[in-house]
Amino acid sequence: MTAGGATATITLSFRDLYRWYTTAAHWRGTAGIPHRLEEHVVMSVAVVAAALVISLPVGLTIGHTGRGAVIGVNLANIGRAIPSFAILVMGAEVLGIGAQPAFLALLALAIPPIVTNTSVAIREVDPDAREAARGMGMTGWQILRRVELPMAVPLVMAGIRTAGVQVVATATLAAVVAWGGLGRFIIDGIGQQDGGQLVGGALLVVVLSLAAEVGLGALQRVLTPAGLRQASALPGAAALAGTAGAGPDA
Amino acid sequence: MVQGSAYLADVGQQWLRWSYVTGSSHRILDALRQHVVLTAIAVLVGLLISLPLGLVAWRFRRLTTPILGLAGVLYTIPALALFALLVPITGLSRTTAEIGLVSYTLLILVRNLVAGLEAVPPEIREAARGMGMTPLRQLARIDLPLAIPAIVAGIRIATVTTIGLVTVTALIGQNSLGQLIYSGLTNFDRTPVTVGAVLSVALAVVADVTLLGLQRVATPWARSRRVQ
Repeated sequence: MTAGGATATITLSFRDLYRWYTTAAHWRGTAGIPHRLEEHVVMSVAVVAAALVISLPVGLTIGHTGRGAVIGVNLANIGRAIPSFAILVMGAEVLGIGAQPAFLALLALAIPPIVTNTSVAIREVDPDAREAARGMGMTGWQILRRVELPMAVPLVMAGIRTAGVQVVATATLAAVVAWGGLGRFIIDGIGQQDGGQLVGGALLVVVLSLAAEVGLGALQRVLTPAGLRQASALPGAAALAGTAGAGPDA
Repeated sequence: MVQGSAYLADVGQQWLRWSYVTGSSHRILDALRQHVVLTAIAVLVGLLISLPLGLVAWRFRRLTTPILGLAGVLYTIPALALFALLVPITGLSRTTAEIGLVSYTLLILVRNLVAGLEAVPPEIREAARGMGMTPLRQLARIDLPLAIPAIVAGIRIATVTTIGLVTVTALIGQNSLGQLIYSGLTNFDRTPVTVGAVLSVALAVVADVTLLGLQRVATPWARSRRVQ
């Protein structure tokens, strides 16, 4: 698959697609659909969990103390300009191919949106609410836990949602560096000029991505304190400020 | 043979060999040019579609949610999967790449256009109507100019995002900086990966700064305010 190479034509009929999904062998073993799906989900969940463990304390500290905010936001902006594809390939160059470099590359992608959103969320807590809490005699720790954190939940969750959807999307690309996951079907479908596998795999990726988006969106709503719940006029208007926005990324 | 592969492995370990950069300058410049072309077409076509779509979404409240929702669904689909779905129809071609890239710009551009138009203060709109402006004239002279900062912010995000996404089109055989990165992976050579990644980031930064400059020129009245 190089530019200017032979122009391969990959055709597809609905019968090809039907046959790909109904072939029993495609549902068994380490190269089967269930195992590839499991790889994809386990990898994504592990990456987001690790990213949370790293990003939340950092984001909370930056937001609460106001220190390092400029550096943090600028780092995140530069991070957005680095193509995920390049990060994956560079990870593979340094660490070799397989699950471990894929994990670390995805982790590098998942951390910035969570750190940025968490620190911005904490910083943008209504100063009056913070003042009132201090007036009630709360300590810095209590203010963080009982006032700032609950009020920051929507934005923090938006960051987690961005990171999660991006990780699921980019894990698809990790098949290029010889990892598994559902992207395997797409890469192999192109390589073997197998339309059924190509589109069959792509549809699975689409379903998983939408499920991640919808699932994390629902989690965001559930975790938002009742007092803060209101219909936002525009989905993800925060993108105006350049803080949020999940993506196809790649 | 053994000597040859040992040499290859050694050469491939280096992150930047100037001999590659000077020896392949033609190829690198070509990849950069293709990258710019793919990005420019995607953002321009995206704008052409987003402007009417955004105006409709802004004017007809009932259509706002469906339009943004549909654009959101497209945006959520991973690039590689979207390309894969298109390959049986439009092949391993630039058309496939552009359809995918354009569809990713839509959410960002439409959302920012709508947000920008909605942010126009009602009293300004009222004053325009009081001056006897027709709705179309009001749109051209009041609403759209005031929405420029938000629109440009959208174009900037869309451009930077697209520059990153273009690298993925290497997997469907398109030439771009992504092709350098991909060739480095398949040839066990780090240098093209470094060159492709660095130029890609540089291109994103240059495009972002240029667009910001254009915005400053286009909105002289906002020069004192800092709008992002």
